[in-house]
Amino acid sequence: MSEANLTLAPDSHASSIAGGHAATMEAPPFAIPSKKLVMWLFIISDACTFGAMLFAYGYIKNAAADWPHPFESASIMNALLMTFILVTSSLTILVAVRAAKNANKSKAILWTFITIVLGLAFAALHLKEWMGLIGQGVRLFQNPWGSPMFGASFFAVTGLHLAHVVSGAIALFVVVMGYKRGRYNSDDLEIWSLYWHFVDLVWMFVVPMVYLMNVKAG
Amino acid sequence: MDSNQGSMKSDLVVYAVILILACVQVFVLKGHLFAMLSVAVVQAILAVSFFMHLGSEKPTLRLALIPGTLFVLVMMNMIWADSYRLMSMKPFAK
Repeated sequence: MSEANLTLAPDSHASSIAGGHAATMEAPPFAIPSKKLVMWLFIISDACTFGAMLFAYGYIKNAAADWPHPFESASIMNALLMTFILVTSSLTILVAVRAAKNANKSKAILWTFITIVLGLAFAALHLKEWMGLIGQGVRLFQNPWGSPMFGASFFAVTGLHLAHVVSGAIALFVVVMGYKRGRYNSDDLEIWSLYWHFVDLVWMFVVPMVYLMNVKAG
Repeated sequence: MDSNQGSMKSDLVVYAVILILACVQVFVLKGHLFAMLSVAVVQAILAVSFFMHLGSEKPTLRLALIPGTLFVLVMMNMIWADSYRLMSMKPFAK
């Protein structure tokens, strides 16, 4: 098609090409950018994954006659500290996103890095908890206290969550570095903040099911 | 993109409420699964509504996301009966 045809046929498909692809594209569904919708769809699918993991954990626990209750008050306080760190990191990423929306780039970068550090602190406390249990003899399919499935189910649930925290910290690092260089914008930071809040949300269900229902008696 | 970022004050209030509820779970409701999970659901609603700003998105988005997810999670509850069967009945036929 010649350039002359493009200019002479304003109502044709050619005019759409001349005006860029925007004219031929549908409006974003639900009035949000497609990237944000994709993140929401990922989050609901991940919610079902975690739901299935926690239901499976509950099933195994119910079906075991001698389910171990190994967590002492130190472990519970550690879980509470981890909750405090993760919820605080949700607040710091909110501050970062708000700063990015207000075009305050340096503040947005600073608070995103604080969020990443809090995420890594959470991961370090989680690994410390794991090391303590491994030191007491907990393995995937054996432990000194009772049902051998305890280790596999505990490490599967908490490990999946830990993997989400670590991958979220890495994703935030990549996005904030891109934001710093101008490759990504405040919308990208906001979209990844949704993922971070979701990881925080999942932990609120992991703590009661995995820790608070398995507290050592006395 | 939308500018439904809420205010810092409301974020701080939600943050404090979520942490208080976490303390209630640990110090008051420890060992009571249904009560603890009910509190967790309240925490999750607060986080989704205020931190993730789903409350200020279009109703059609909420309608597209929430009912389907809840349906899947509710249907998963079918497994409980079988998990108790293993405890109270013969797990294997002889």
